[in-house]
Amino acid sequence: MSPNTAVQFKAQATRLAADLEHRQWIFKALRGYEAKRDECKARFQNWEGARQAAAEIKYDTLNHLDRYLEQFVHHLESRGARVHWAADARAAREIILDLARQNQVRFIIKSKSMTSEEIHLNEALEAGGFEVFESDLGEYIVQLRQEPPYHIVFPAMHLKRGQISEVFQQKLQAEPVTDPEALTMIARRVMRQKFCQADMGISGVNFGVAENGMISITENEGNARLTTALPRIHVALMGIEKLVRTMDDLALLLPMLATAGAGQWLTGYNTLYGGPRLAGESDGPEQFHVVLLDNGRTRLLADAEQRDVLHCIRCGACLNVCPIFRNVGGHTYGTTYQGPIGSVLTPHLRGLREWKHLSYASSLCGACTETCPVKIDLAHHLLHNRRNAVQAHPPFFERLAFAGFQVMMRHPALYRLGTTLARWLQPLHGLVQGTALDPARAWTRSREAPRLARESFHAWWKKHRRTTSPS
Amino acid sequence: MNHSAREAMLGRIREALKIKAPPPGPHAGAAPHPAPRDGEFRPLLPAVGATWEEQCRQFARNAELLKAAFQVVPNTAAARAEVERIVREEQWQRLATYDHPLLREIGQDLGPTPLFTDRPYDKAELEKCEGAVTTCEALIAQTGSVLVTSRGCGGRAISILPPHHVVIARREQLLPDLLAAFALLRQKYGAHYPSMISFITGPSRTGDIERILVLGAHGPKRLTILLLEGK
Ligand code: SF4
Repeated sequence: MSPNTAVQFKAQATRLAADLEHRQWIFKALRGYEAKRDECKARFQNWEGARQAAAEIKYDTLNHLDRYLEQFVHHLESRGARVHWAADARAAREIILDLARQNQVRFIIKSKSMTSEEIHLNEALEAGGFEVFESDLGEYIVQLRQEPPYHIVFPAMHLKRGQISEVFQQKLQAEPVTDPEALTMIARRVMRQKFCQADMGISGVNFGVAENGMISITENEGNARLTTALPRIHVALMGIEKLVRTMDDLALLLPMLATAGAGQWLTGYNTLYGGPRLAGESDGPEQFHVVLLDNGRTRLLADAEQRDVLHCIRCGACLNVCPIFRNVGGHTYGTTYQGPIGSVLTPHLRGLREWKHLSYASSLCGACTETCPVKIDLAHHLLHNRRNAVQAHPPFFERLAFAGFQVMMRHPALYRLGTTLARWLQPLHGLVQGTALDPARAWTRSREAPRLARESFHAWWKKHRRTTSPS
Repeated sequence: MNHSAREAMLGRIREALKIKAPPPGPHAGAAPHPAPRDGEFRPLLPAVGATWEEQCRQFARNAELLKAAFQVVPNTAAARAEVERIVREEQWQRLATYDHPLLREIGQDLGPTPLFTDRPYDKAELEKCEGAVTTCEALIAQTGSVLVTSRGCGGRAISILPPHHVVIARREQLLPDLLAAFALLRQKYGAHYPSMISFITGPSRTGDIERILVLGAHGPKRLTILLLEGK
């Protein structure tokens, strides 16, 4: 990654914020989402209570993660599943590549998994000579366009039917239809073949259940069901923070994930998987592998102040309500996870120095904090990241400015001189405002500078203290 | 190698957990509140009617919103007649099913060639079936879901590959909520869970193109649920 992620972010954000058509498109999609989400929230007898309970479930699980993880793995292994431990992205890629090589795999089918995006699995598999197909419709569309997903839940939400039709015509020699139903059926036809050909299916994991060692996958299309039913090998990639204690925890979290995520009261398919084909079962994979991924998660776990970022269930709700996401879109972030959660998480996964600018991609309005189903105080964490970034690498100019400020504040005469001068000079600022000569250009390019009062409070007080009677 | 990776990761976790984090929400600073369990979730979740009739109406409402077809039928003969109607209307040539007393009564001799998925079968053959007729583990009133497992319901693929999935359920299989479903699974399978447990909530759907709902993205385009009121 270039050290200029911040520069790229700014350039891209400036361009997209001015793209009214793009903004309108995203606004429209998200308005529809909001109406649905509110409807679903209203079905809960106590949504706020549910949020608190969800936060406590995740808190409890994470604070005994070692114990729950061992319990989870013990149950999985007793059913003949193989569990792999990956310290980082490279280790996880190696494990999966080895599995594919050892088993003479040719075609790989994938169901949607943000964790696999996080470790750049597709590139690695393709470089290893394997053909990989994303089976989730949105993921498949962005894969054909050779783009990353735009949103963690709705990967192709930025595309219009015409653009989708175009890529289907180019890449699949499909007929020029634009009706969403017809387009979906094209993908369905193509994918049916792939499902039957694939030797390996790769999925993500939404929750791991410690009680019985099963993984839970949430989806609407049935593509994950097929990915895990037809190929002879199933590999599930799971971040270690995805654990919950019992199936009962799912009774709360599954409806909450669906409500906050897509405005559904339960997603179309919620499936638990616990092993390869077992005795007495007629189909399903011969091998079942679970790859447990750390990749910076234990570092976050060691940070008591920000540990709760690991509570995230990747519902995407915070993206949907974020005014920054709504204006700059998902690709601008240049990260696997976009929006508020992406801005909080990315510096932990990929380094604060290069990604600290994301902490400023927020209006701190708190809409993300308000909406998060597991009550992560995202706005607060953005501030934490800003503070940590400044502590780690204080910017030279800021240090200089604050040193100057300190000197001025310590010397009243200097302060008076400074403010008087500023008052005199401000009208002259109009001459250079916004030009290269403007010292405050970064600010004034897109904002009005506040006008200094004609009289300082100090002077005003002196004048009026004598005239007001003490009470 | 794998063993050391495991110990290293667990070691990092244990090391990290030596530092205590404040509990979430209004309990911040106070003694940790024990995280709630099972029964305590009920008063938070969407309300469910107390009687079978109320739950049945609720299931029906949910099914309608999900665009699944739901019918209460008086007995197996009526269920059979309904399946027959579907087979004729959609001109099924092949039908996926498995050996089960209820399914034997309802329709393995309706005309279409049956494919049995509880014995070794060819997935290309299953792909050619126009429909599947299965039983289920339970129906869930709160969410309108059908619960199936790989052990009890003909395997993994039968409920997802054919374009029309017809489910037959018995009266006592209607449960109020997900918690009741998990209790059932625990009691029935205990230490021997099936390798797959799936809650099917409506036919396969997608909103990936302009957020417009399309049914049958990869799985069944149609889901029909027949609930037997009597024998
Ligand atoms: S931070 Fe909260 S709102 Fe955002 S994706 Fe995670 S769980 Fe959802």
